[in-house]
Amino acid sequence: MIKVENLTKIFGAKRAVDGVSFSVERGEVLGFLGPNGAGKSTTMRMLTGFLPPTSGTVTVGGYDMSEQPIPAKKLLGYLPESAPAYTDMTVQGFLNFAAEIRGLRGEARKTAVRRVVDLCFLESVLHQNVDTLSKGYRHRTCFAQSIIHDPDILVLDEPTDGLDPNQKHEIRQLIRKMGEKKAIIFSTHILEEVDAACTRAIIIDRGVIVANGTPEVLRRKSEWAGAVTLRILGQDAGAVRDKLSQLRVAKKVSVEAGANGVTATVFPRTAGDGDLTREVIAITNGWQISELRTEEGRLDEVFYNITMSETARKETQ
Amino acid sequence: MNSFGNIKTIAKRELVAYFTSPVAYVFIVIFLLLNGFFTFMVAQFFERGVASLSASFFMWHPWFYLFLVPAVGMRLWAEERRVGTLELLLTMPIAPWEAIVGKFLASWLFLGLALFLTFPVVLTVNHLGNPDNGVIFAAYIGSWLMAGAYLAVSCITSAITRSQVVSFIISVVVCLFLILAGFPPVINLLHGLTHNLQWLVEIITSFSVITHFEGFQKGVLDSRDIIYFLSVIGFSLFTTSVILRTHRTS
Repeated sequence: MIKVENLTKIFGAKRAVDGVSFSVERGEVLGFLGPNGAGKSTTMRMLTGFLPPTSGTVTVGGYDMSEQPIPAKKLLGYLPESAPAYTDMTVQGFLNFAAEIRGLRGEARKTAVRRVVDLCFLESVLHQNVDTLSKGYRHRTCFAQSIIHDPDILVLDEPTDGLDPNQKHEIRQLIRKMGEKKAIIFSTHILEEVDAACTRAIIIDRGVIVANGTPEVLRRKSEWAGAVTLRILGQDAGAVRDKLSQLRVAKKVSVEAGANGVTATVFPRTAGDGDLTREVIAITNGWQISELRTEEGRLDEVFYNITMSETARKETQ
Repeated sequence: MNSFGNIKTIAKRELVAYFTSPVAYVFIVIFLLLNGFFTFMVAQFFERGVASLSASFFMWHPWFYLFLVPAVGMRLWAEERRVGTLELLLTMPIAPWEAIVGKFLASWLFLGLALFLTFPVVLTVNHLGNPDNGVIFAAYIGSWLMAGAYLAVSCITSAITRSQVVSFIISVVVCLFLILAGFPPVINLLHGLTHNLQWLVEIITSFSVITHFEGFQKGVLDSRDIIYFLSVIGFSLFTTSVILRTHRTS
């Protein structure tokens, strides 16, 4: 549905986006991750035709964004980062305008407005002026605008920014549900959102894609993936460390003594090693174990390793 | 047809926005008060005893517009950029020129409405004497075209900056130039400065709105004057589109 090839944007001397390529098909929800200033918003602005790229192409539903912007933009719905809306209009007026400019007239417009008002819970503020809305409502008003024409492709720049936890949850549910029939790209720096809504994630850092895969694949890059955490009663920390360190499949062991026994984590030599759990159980035979679990791997750690370590390395150079 | 629909939608939104904020009402009231005061008090319409509006009513319009039109036009693009709705507008399936024309037309129609509301002056002069209503009609057309030219200049300055105040000041200065280039004292000064080089003075004065508005006030609908105003509008709107594009590429 949407295909990006070698997209580059240069602001002055800075390469904000540098040779980014990816594609999103119907039924996919692509999470766009990255630290602040990584080029997420710039990429999205080029995707939606607001900024012309310095080089590279954006193809939306077969239309080249720079050659045939109008049919390409018809397929898109876009929620910009700051969720702008005309402050001198009522919510209803704004949504009517958005529907009309998308070519919806008469009865079709009414139906479309009613649909998004229900989806985004805007009924109570329908006749309120946009500049008197709270941030959450304004955000949802702008979100409503982006889905008013039921677009095939949705580009959402930080759709849950500034919302309270309940609203965040609602929006994520909505994204996941809509993602079954649409191609959705959304940016975030909240990692739980990737798990909650995405089928695939891209991590971008300083304008370059540094990781691209399903959340599971990304998580497997973490040293936590497949690690075993257990709590042992009636043993001291030293004994636990000695025993667990004998495991050949363990890369490293971390042990922490607490009031409720000793908590130990065994990291696998190869990420996602399924044998580790069995071996840990075997070697601790006879101990009193109150808790045992296999870790899934942590996205935040992957994110940190990929973006921070490189940033730190560049800075020391 | 499609472009027409888009322009209509944009213009409608803009007009509605004018009337939901106090801008429209403040503008209309001030404009009418100024007209009344200058026509009846300063120009002494009643004491004149002439059944004409040129010397008492229309002659003030270039000066009223100097301050009032930039006040209407300053928000056109500066506000879109400041609030961020420009990003919304330009990612909608419309061509940028449709947005530019739509927003311009809305403001121009609004100025037309304000101008129309001065009709009691026309009724008054008709009640008191027998004016040439054709002349008055032509002067109204000229006044509206002149307002359009000022407005188009304000479009440019509004696209340049995020700040409405900066936009206002710059467009007042530019419009002041458009007036002064045809203001008699300035023309005399130009004659002195250029040592009576007639062609140079004529080129400069031909840029002035006053020179082109004069014909309308006499009831002459000269195609050259109409073309002048329309070309100022066309050129300014084109420049606006270039500025908006430059913002996005750099």
